[in-house]
Amino acid sequence: MTELQIKQQKRREIRSAFRAAFPHTIPIFAGFWFLGLTYGIYMNVSGFSFIYPMLMSVTIFAGSVEFVTVNLLLGAFNPLQAFAMALMINARHLFYGISMLEKYRGYGWKSFYLIFGMCDESFSINYTADIPRGVDKGWFMFFVTLLNHFYWFFGATLGGIFGSLIHFDTEGLDFVMTAMFVVIFMEQWLKEKNHTSSILGLLLSLICLCAFGAENFIIPAMLAILAVLTLIRKPLEAEKGGDHS
Amino acid sequence: MTVTQEIITVAMVVLATMLTRFIPFLIFPEGKPVPKYVQYLGKVLPPAVFGLLIIYCLKNVSIFSGSHGIPELISIILVIVLHLWKRQMLLSIAGGTVCYMLLVQLVF
Repeated sequence: MTELQIKQQKRREIRSAFRAAFPHTIPIFAGFWFLGLTYGIYMNVSGFSFIYPMLMSVTIFAGSVEFVTVNLLLGAFNPLQAFAMALMINARHLFYGISMLEKYRGYGWKSFYLIFGMCDESFSINYTADIPRGVDKGWFMFFVTLLNHFYWFFGATLGGIFGSLIHFDTEGLDFVMTAMFVVIFMEQWLKEKNHTSSILGLLLSLICLCAFGAENFIIPAMLAILAVLTLIRKPLEAEKGGDHS
Repeated sequence: MTVTQEIITVAMVVLATMLTRFIPFLIFPEGKPVPKYVQYLGKVLPPAVFGLLIIYCLKNVSIFSGSHGIPELISIILVIVLHLWKRQMLLSIAGGTVCYMLLVQLVF
C-alpha cells in the first residue's frame, strides 16, 4: 500500500467508528442537552457569566458534582471541602475504572481521554455496547465519549448564554436518563446467566436509599455492594455458568 | 470569592473527579497482572452499578407525597415492555420518556 492508501484506509476506519458510535449517543444527546441547559441556566441565574459553565462542563465533565460546585462557588473559600465533596460524590467512578481496566487500555492518547471522560453514561455505553465487527474499538469508544462530552458542553454553554430567557415546556425530559439506565440494566440482564449482581445492585441501593436518604446513600450503597460481592465470591465463581461478560 | 479562589475551587473539583477516574488505572498499571480479586470485581460490579444508577436516577421520587412515584412506575414498566417486545434501545427510551412527559405535564 502507498502512503496515500494507508491514510485513506485510516480515515475510513475513523469514519465507520463514528457512524457506529453516534446512534448509541442519541439518548445522551437528548438528556445532556437538557441537563446541561438546566445547569447553564442555574449558573446564569446564580450570577455567573457563561464562561463558567462553558469551562466547567469541559474540565469537570461530571454532572451532579457541577451543580454542587455552583454552591461551593457561592459560599466561603474552602478548597479542601471542595476536594472532599467531589471525591465523595464521584466515588462510584472507582467501580467504573476497575471494570474498564482491560477495555480502556492500549489505545495511547485515546486511553487517557477515555478515562478522563468516563462519566456514568460513557461508561455504561462503552461497557455494554456490542461494537460491530470491523469497527475499531478504540475509535468507537473515543467517539462515544467525545460526543457525550460535546453534548454536555453545548447544553451548558447555551444555558449559560441565554439563561433566564429560555422558557421550558420540557418538564419530564430528564426522565430520558432514567429510561436509558433501565434499558442498559435490561441489556445486561438479558445477556447474563446469573442475575445475582444485578439484583444486589438494585436491592442494596434501594435499602440504602431508604436508610440514608437521597443525599447520602451512594457511599453506603457502594460499600454494601462491595461487601456482599466479596462475601459471595466463592459460590459465585464456583458457578461456572455465571458469565458476566 | 476572588477569581483566583474560584479557579482553585474548580481545580480541586477537577482534581478529585480525575482521581476517582484514574486511581484504578494507576494502582494496577499496564503489564502487571491484576489481582484475581480485582479481576473478579471488574466482572461482577457493572451489573450492580447499573442497578445503583437506576436507583440514583429515582432518588428524589417521593412515594408518600406528590404523585407518589406513579408516573415513574408506569413509564418504567412501559420501557421494560417496549424493550422486551422490540429490543430497540432508542424506541424503548423515547417511548418511556414521552410517556413520562405526558403524564407529568397533563395528568399529574
